[in-house]
Amino acid sequence: MLRRIALFGGIYNNYLALEAALRDIRQRGVDGIYCLGDFGAFGPHPDRVFPLIWDYQVECIQGNYDQSLARDLPDCQCGYTDPRDNYFARISYEYTYQHTSPENRRWLGTLPTQRRLLLGRYRVLLCHGSPRKINEFLWESTTSTAFLQWLCATYEADVICATHTGIKWQRNLEAIQTSGRGSPLLGRTMTEACAHSKATTAKLFVNVGVLGRPENDGTPRVWYTILEADPELRVEFVPVEYDYRRLAREMRDEKLPEEFVETILTGWWTTCLEILPAKERKRGKF
Amino acid sequence: MLLPILEEAAATVHLAHLDDLWFQITGTLCNLACRHCFISCSPHNHTFGFIPRAQVEEALAESVALGVKEYYFTGGEPFLHPDIVPLVCQALRLGPVTILTNATVLRDDWLRELAHAERESLYSLEFRVSLDGYEAERNDAVRGAGTFARTMQGVRRLLEHGFLPVITVAHVEEELSPETLYHCFVEMLRRFGYDRPRVKILPLLRLGAETQRTRGYLPQERVTAEMLADFDLDQLLCRHARVLTDRGVYVCPILLEAADARLGDDLQSGLRSFSLRYSACYTCYLHGTICANASAQRRDL
Ligand code: SF4
Ligand code: SF4
Repeated sequence: MLRRIALFGGIYNNYLALEAALRDIRQRGVDGIYCLGDFGAFGPHPDRVFPLIWDYQVECIQGNYDQSLARDLPDCQCGYTDPRDNYFARISYEYTYQHTSPENRRWLGTLPTQRRLLLGRYRVLLCHGSPRKINEFLWESTTSTAFLQWLCATYEADVICATHTGIKWQRNLEAIQTSGRGSPLLGRTMTEACAHSKATTAKLFVNVGVLGRPENDGTPRVWYTILEADPELRVEFVPVEYDYRRLAREMRDEKLPEEFVETILTGWWTTCLEILPAKERKRGKF
Repeated sequence: MLLPILEEAAATVHLAHLDDLWFQITGTLCNLACRHCFISCSPHNHTFGFIPRAQVEEALAESVALGVKEYYFTGGEPFLHPDIVPLVCQALRLGPVTILTNATVLRDDWLRELAHAERESLYSLEFRVSLDGYEAERNDAVRGAGTFARTMQGVRRLLEHGFLPVITVAHVEEELSPETLYHCFVEMLRRFGYDRPRVKILPLLRLGAETQRTRGYLPQERVTAEMLADFDLDQLLCRHARVLTDRGVYVCPILLEAADARLGDDLQSGLRSFSLRYSACYTCYLHGTICANASAQRRDL
């Protein structure tokens, strides 16, 4: 039975961070490793990601980027308004497409778009964006608890894990008070909530974060997630330190945009900022 | 009253899920009377009135059971409503809130309270500020004399209180491409001191006052069943939103004046499907969910 698993998403060609994360995960010991999609974009040498995934027997699902690559679509179809964002999105998609072998692209096409598993007594649903749409953004500050509860009920899951936005977060889904002053239970960490009520029907949403680029917090580290049911649910976000300077050098050697390199080095997002909701945007520098 | 142009509907759109609950909080009442306003709001248009506070609170409570993801407050000008600040604070405890405003009547004490409510909340409070020209003459020709200066003063206030308003621009200057417009606005806002400007360009809705300023929809500007055959209906707002008004629940904020757009008295009854028979649906067909925030875009692969 699965008790303890590791999850991540958004590798974005960052094979160096992937390798560091996988080593760390192996050292900690888990019953399974899961990648929630978006292998390509942003970084250098896409084909260096795949052998690592296979060596470590990572179970994978498809992201929207992977779907575009596998279907030979002409672009990643991110559809930004800012012409500057579109320009960068095109460069990174074309680079990734050109440098991902046809076999690896085909392999991406064989991946399922969702997975279900049992972790302890909890039904866990793994998806890329959301259970209903592969490229839906579920940001912490624009996703109501009521909506997450609806997703859990509709998709018959106790825990939903997603990625796609590039910033990790989690929410314990308890009953919502609609009147009175505030809802003290909302937004607690799972551990706090379990201590508070020994509810057996705990529900949880986790955005497991991404390994490919820092999460707009001014540090170069990236993140993966450990999810445990022992027997209560527990989430741990694990920071990954890796040789980001080497990644930056390789990106420059591959003539990838300096804007992307800057993000790797500084931890601040420099492109595609318009999709950020107000709260997440304010936490960043640009 | 807006009449349908198609005898047979191009498609019947079922609500997939109530993601977005809109409040037409001040109805069609606005302190401005813009020449392109697609529901002809003005200080005198009482077609739709203010929604009483209790009715909003009831809908908020109901919305939780329905799993609503985001709330939008629009009008008219939402800040004319006497209870707008407490209502937004209440909504922010349940989910993210977006306010669509012309930013000309904002007060510091309101913004202080709203900033506090956002800090206390898990959720974002977005301000979408309407401005239609990047220079005073261009804007004021459409929105009225002096409105550029007043709106920019509102933008300044919002920035001072730590908000990052999204400047929402109707594409009234059709001779400029959306890209050019976007650039001009970004430049203007940077010069103004908004160092990370957020700009959203909206297509024109050729309804209401706009039909007098330029023109209404042409007969060929319509959706047909064939056009929708391969179309992802998820792109349409009516697939995942409803609007509460003081006169009941409507299918979308665009068709408030349409003959059959009123779907029910309350949220439950307003969830039923809607048949697309209006020219304005053509704009949604071309541009997708034009009213949503970029953080919630629904592009298909
Ligand atoms: S466009 Fe906005 S600000 Fe102008 S009249 Fe209509 S509701 Fe009021
Ligand atoms: S105007 Fe747009 S949102 Fe409203 S019913 Fe037509 S397609 Fe749907």
